[in-house]
Amino acid sequence: MDFFRDWGLTLLIFAPLIGAAVMMAFPKTDESIHKVLALGTTLVTAVIGVVLLIDFDYDRADEMQWAVERNWIDIIRAEYAVGIDGMSLPLLILTLLVVPLVIIYSWNHFPHPHNPKAFLMLILVLHTGMIGSFVARDLVLFFVFFEVVLLPMFFMIAVWGGEDRKYASLKFFLYTLFGSALMLVSFLALFFLAGAETFSIVGLSDAVAEGGVSRNAQIWIFGGMLLGFGIKVPMFPFHTWLPDAHTQAPTQGSVILAAVLLKLGTYGFVRIAIPILPEAAVVWSPVIGALACIGIIYGALGCLAQTDMKRLIAFSSVAHMGYVMLGIATLTDWGINAAIFGMVAHGLITGMLFFVAGSVKERYHTLEISRLGGLLVSAPRMGWILGFISMASLGLPGLAGFWGEFPAILAAYNPANGVPVGLFRFYMVVAALGTVLAAGYLLWLLQRTAMGEPSEEFANNPEITDPNREEWIAWTPLLVLILVFGLVPGLIFNITDPAVEANISDCLSTDVGDDKASFDVGTCERDGIDAALADLGVAIGDGE
Amino acid sequence: MMLNQFLLLAAVLFCLGVYGVLTRRNGVLVLMSVELILNAVNINLVAFGAFQDNVVGDVFAVFVIAVAAAEVGVGLAMVLLMYRNRKSIDFTEVDMLKG
Amino acid sequence: MSGLMSFLAVEAVPDVSFTTDANWFLENVWIIPLLPVLSFFAIIFFGKRLPQGGAEIGIAAVGVAFVLAVLTNIAWLDHRDNFDYHDGQTRTHSEKHSDGDDHASAVIDVDGVPETVVLSFAEEGEDAGEESHPSVAVVNEMSWLTNGGIDFKAGTMLDGPAALMLFVVTLISLLVHIYSTDYVSGDRRYTHFFAFLSLFTGSMLAYVVSHNILQMIVTWELVGLCSFALIGHWWEEKPNSDAALKAFLTNRVGDIGLLVGMVILFFSAGGTFDVIEINEKAVSGEISQTALTWAAISLTAAVMSKSGQFVLHTWLPDAMAGPTPVSALIHAATLVVAGVFMIARLYPVFWYGFVIPGSSINGLALIGSITVVFGGLLAFVQNDIKKVLAYSTVSQLGYMVLALGVGAWTAAIFHLFTHAFFKAGLFLGSGSVAHSVHSFDMKNDMGGMRKFMPTTFKTFIICSIALAGVFPFAGFWSKDEILVGTGGFGVGAEKANGEYTLMLVMGLVGAMLTGAYMTRCIYLTFFGEFRGHGHPHESGPRITIPLIILSVFAFGAGFLNFPPGFLTGDAKKPSFWQERFGHFVEPLAAYFPPISHSVPSWWLAIIASVIGLIGPAIAYFYYFVLVDRKANETGEKLTELPNGPTSSIGFLKAGHTLLVNKYYLDHLYQNVIVGFTKGPLSKAAYWFNQNVLDGVVDEAGRSAERSGRFIYRFIDQGFIEGVVNGSGRASSTGGQGLRKIQTGKVQQYAALLFAGATVLAGIFMIVN
Repeated sequence: MDFFRDWGLTLLIFAPLIGAAVMMAFPKTDESIHKVLALGTTLVTAVIGVVLLIDFDYDRADEMQWAVERNWIDIIRAEYAVGIDGMSLPLLILTLLVVPLVIIYSWNHFPHPHNPKAFLMLILVLHTGMIGSFVARDLVLFFVFFEVVLLPMFFMIAVWGGEDRKYASLKFFLYTLFGSALMLVSFLALFFLAGAETFSIVGLSDAVAEGGVSRNAQIWIFGGMLLGFGIKVPMFPFHTWLPDAHTQAPTQGSVILAAVLLKLGTYGFVRIAIPILPEAAVVWSPVIGALACIGIIYGALGCLAQTDMKRLIAFSSVAHMGYVMLGIATLTDWGINAAIFGMVAHGLITGMLFFVAGSVKERYHTLEISRLGGLLVSAPRMGWILGFISMASLGLPGLAGFWGEFPAILAAYNPANGVPVGLFRFYMVVAALGTVLAAGYLLWLLQRTAMGEPSEEFANNPEITDPNREEWIAWTPLLVLILVFGLVPGLIFNITDPAVEANISDCLSTDVGDDKASFDVGTCERDGIDAALADLGVAIGDGE
Repeated sequence: MMLNQFLLLAAVLFCLGVYGVLTRRNGVLVLMSVELILNAVNINLVAFGAFQDNVVGDVFAVFVIAVAAAEVGVGLAMVLLMYRNRKSIDFTEVDMLKG
Repeated sequence: MSGLMSFLAVEAVPDVSFTTDANWFLENVWIIPLLPVLSFFAIIFFGKRLPQGGAEIGIAAVGVAFVLAVLTNIAWLDHRDNFDYHDGQTRTHSEKHSDGDDHASAVIDVDGVPETVVLSFAEEGEDAGEESHPSVAVVNEMSWLTNGGIDFKAGTMLDGPAALMLFVVTLISLLVHIYSTDYVSGDRRYTHFFAFLSLFTGSMLAYVVSHNILQMIVTWELVGLCSFALIGHWWEEKPNSDAALKAFLTNRVGDIGLLVGMVILFFSAGGTFDVIEINEKAVSGEISQTALTWAAISLTAAVMSKSGQFVLHTWLPDAMAGPTPVSALIHAATLVVAGVFMIARLYPVFWYGFVIPGSSINGLALIGSITVVFGGLLAFVQNDIKKVLAYSTVSQLGYMVLALGVGAWTAAIFHLFTHAFFKAGLFLGSGSVAHSVHSFDMKNDMGGMRKFMPTTFKTFIICSIALAGVFPFAGFWSKDEILVGTGGFGVGAEKANGEYTLMLVMGLVGAMLTGAYMTRCIYLTFFGEFRGHGHPHESGPRITIPLIILSVFAFGAGFLNFPPGFLTGDAKKPSFWQERFGHFVEPLAAYFPPISHSVPSWWLAIIASVIGLIGPAIAYFYYFVLVDRKANETGEKLTELPNGPTSSIGFLKAGHTLLVNKYYLDHLYQNVIVGFTKGPLSKAAYWFNQNVLDGVVDEAGRSAERSGRFIYRFIDQGFIEGVVNGSGRASSTGGQGLRKIQTGKVQQYAALLFAGATVLAGIFMIVN
């Protein structure tokens, strides 16, 4: 275990790269070697993930575990600092789970123009980037991994994508790069203004808390991060790259994009933006909340207007990430726990939806909703799976989606100190309204694709079959987890909660809006924190 | 004896050497003129050394003599090679480095 | 004075709400919902391979659950009366509120609690010593999830209403399971049908024993899911899937209220989901009036959708698209009372939130009374026998909500109990008829069925009489109790919770309508000439036996709750056989508001019975006399008078049109709201997305490209390249000039060297 504690994360980060390097040695024509190598590599990472799950000390989920710190680029004080705590563990495990499943799914389904070698190598590089982003504790390191993710995805869309792939891939790449640029500027500004001579998240957070950065500067820096992370999430109105990218990307790309990449943005908020700049977060939270709520309603309306199944799912991501952002905007334990749960749930559910959409496309050669129908007749198991995940996606309690939505709505009733309570209660109602629309578009989709009799065009088409072996292997874990997390939400909440408290509640606390309706727990904590803030010369909520 | 007399002698020798270096076309004569210049310098060094009561001047003079011997060795070898290649030791004809 | 009295009142109820230590059956009620849920998975995965297609698993699971539920009820009977709350096994939620003074002042704090209420409660405590024995709920909980550093529990809470519901749900579910083996035999999705019946039963059972509101939300939605799946059981036909979608979406609309209301309760009760704790805090006044009111209003929206209250009831009649057993179990007896049960469960919230005591009107009672009448009216224009029953259900649910709205808590639960039996019996009876004529259309395919199906006919009649509230059938007792509970016209004034005269009137009108539409329904189905095709015959035993059992309950269930003083005369000293139901079910504990019980009134019972018979009498006259005579005269198979009042009298015709169009509510919902959202609104949003937001992005891209081209052509190629090329050219020219110096002649270099040395020496000398 000691070996893993020192080397586990490093191994995790670089194993996919090593795998990709080994794959380079074999010629393109040895497809089976490439498949085995790629799957083997991701399984190795998954095994390390299992070891991590076993070794993780759940009583100290608020601390960084398996942490490593080494000097990296001394001249800019960047460190190779990695570690895992309760906030990143669920997302890391999600990544380690999804990528092998994607490779299994690809086994015999490589999209045109085939070339498994290049395709799988890109996935492995992507894997490194995603793992690295979730374990990095240093802003420069985080940024590097954050950017590493971009390029493989760009190629995946641009080479293996649909008809309009060039436009979509370029839009994806430039849009997110634009965001990263702003993010980098924010990081640098933070480095120079804080004067802490470090890029480590904790170090910067301490430096800012000690009053190293003026309030105005904090607000500007947060604004930069908001754009950078917000584009990645994507938050309304920066979401327009998403439907195009999803629609054009190959199934595998869509799954990874939905399941993991979008979470990098929201993860950035909870890991970096809010812990470092809590004061600015309070200032920005009404804006984030408003954009989140618009996203919820707007994404749902966008879904209702779609005629293409995949594009509909893509728009639903906008709505779902709206709930995640609403949870984050409340700046409370409940909200941020909900956000992390929502990220995992959305990863599982929307990933699954894209899998199914991909398989439907493979069988019907179209995703035009009006031409589909009767999936439950032609391929009953597939129809049931679609029904199951639609239910999960619309936030049915007992399935994972609910625990991302309801606690976020709950948290909006009682946001953190200094956040306008009345406004957030309005947001709460809007978000609750969003659940109706979500049910509307998903059930309508289900009705039009799965129910009814199959159209003449596709009736008795031998191609339309139930899931094959690879699909079952790839899907079963996701389906089971959707159910398990829905029934036992504590599996995630219990891990994230201490970390969220340590990272977020240390600087913020819950306030009460109602005269008599006091939230006891929040109150008793609040006094201590107010005093602490007063000592630091920080006055949250002042108009300055 | 005055220092000036030595200096004067050295200056005359130096000027003769410079004249020789600048005007002679024959390579061997140019080398000999270089020797004159070096010896003029030697006289200066020894004279300053004697008048200031230290041996630094003498030491340098000995160095210069040694270096001069080497220089003449290399120089004569070059002149010899020049002759072998071009059947002439006229320095004005050797201008291959012309820009 | 009032302070002293309320002090007494609170003293009468010891501050013990629940115990974790009780009879095994009471502690382990979680097994009861778990069995059907396990059976769901078993049926889904293995059902198709079994000889009975999975039905046997479902029946076994529900059967065992039923036995356990009966044992639980027996255990509760004992626990209810013999639990010794002094022996230290109990614990209270809030220690600081254990002193009486605190309580008393808190009770007075709450607005609108009249002195009389408190007084009467105190009297009860003094008079009937036995009544003051608290009803201690049994709680069994385990850790569920941590949030904000607090461990939230999941668990079961068993008290009177929960125990009762366990019995009702398991019994009716068992009967429906047995009935279904015949009714849906040979169906294309026989196995799935039973799977979802099981899941529904499990969710509903889990709902009624929920120990916190979060669990209630989860199970509430799960029963909605099962309802969706079962309504859309035959999803190949679009109307069925439409109905399923409508049910789900309408319930989702109500769920906005559920989520918001529960969130308000969570925070206003100090961050707890626990039902008992929330109720205790509502009773003790720790939750502000504002919060309670908002919570109650929000939750009422949820009740309106789930329990089919007026304006959100429209999904319920459409839900009849599902198989008939489903309608009986889900859309009559159990799921639709989930809303009613929620009000009963969180009664303090509604009691104080709507200021029920001492008032004469409130939102809940108003919604209930409107539903009673409007739902009943709609039943008159239906030709589909199940839709008649569906609107009847809407109307009866209105009674329950009305009862809760006027403070007649026990009456509401009692009506829920009796209604479950006779309505399930009616639905199953209608299914039995439809099974043999293969249609639900009363006018075209039924008529004269009493000759073909005597057993079904008898049970149907018994259940109808019970529904109409005729003495001494079950419906009479529960309906009468509700009417008395309104306290309208000062009936039972000093003991009632308020004077809800309007509700009493509406209730009486509703009673009249109930009898009338059931008479019409019975005439069209069982009397006259057979208008359908084929040769109908009586159904098999698996269908008739459940009908007989249900009709027995429909007849006798009312005897469980004789009003106090019935036949003994003294309402203040109830005999051991009176009000047993109320005693069993009512939580007399610190988590329940101090409701008072109206004194039964002979006069009201008689008047209500008479009014209740006027409706059927008119309907009887119209159908059995006028229509029958006309039919005999003309020799046609008539279902109504050819030139009846609804087609000849102006305002009646308008009313008829209004009813046939269901008050145009569906038109409003489907065409206006849903149509607008699906059509113009979403298209506009998408247009905005593609042309404005995406337009901005694309335009940014295009202008970046344009400016790039500009920069390349003019700045890059023109200026910067100019500078670069210029410098190159300059150095080249300079080099050309300088190369002249480079002669290659050694002596020239030496001359330059010496010249330079001379110049430097000169400078050196001058400077020095």
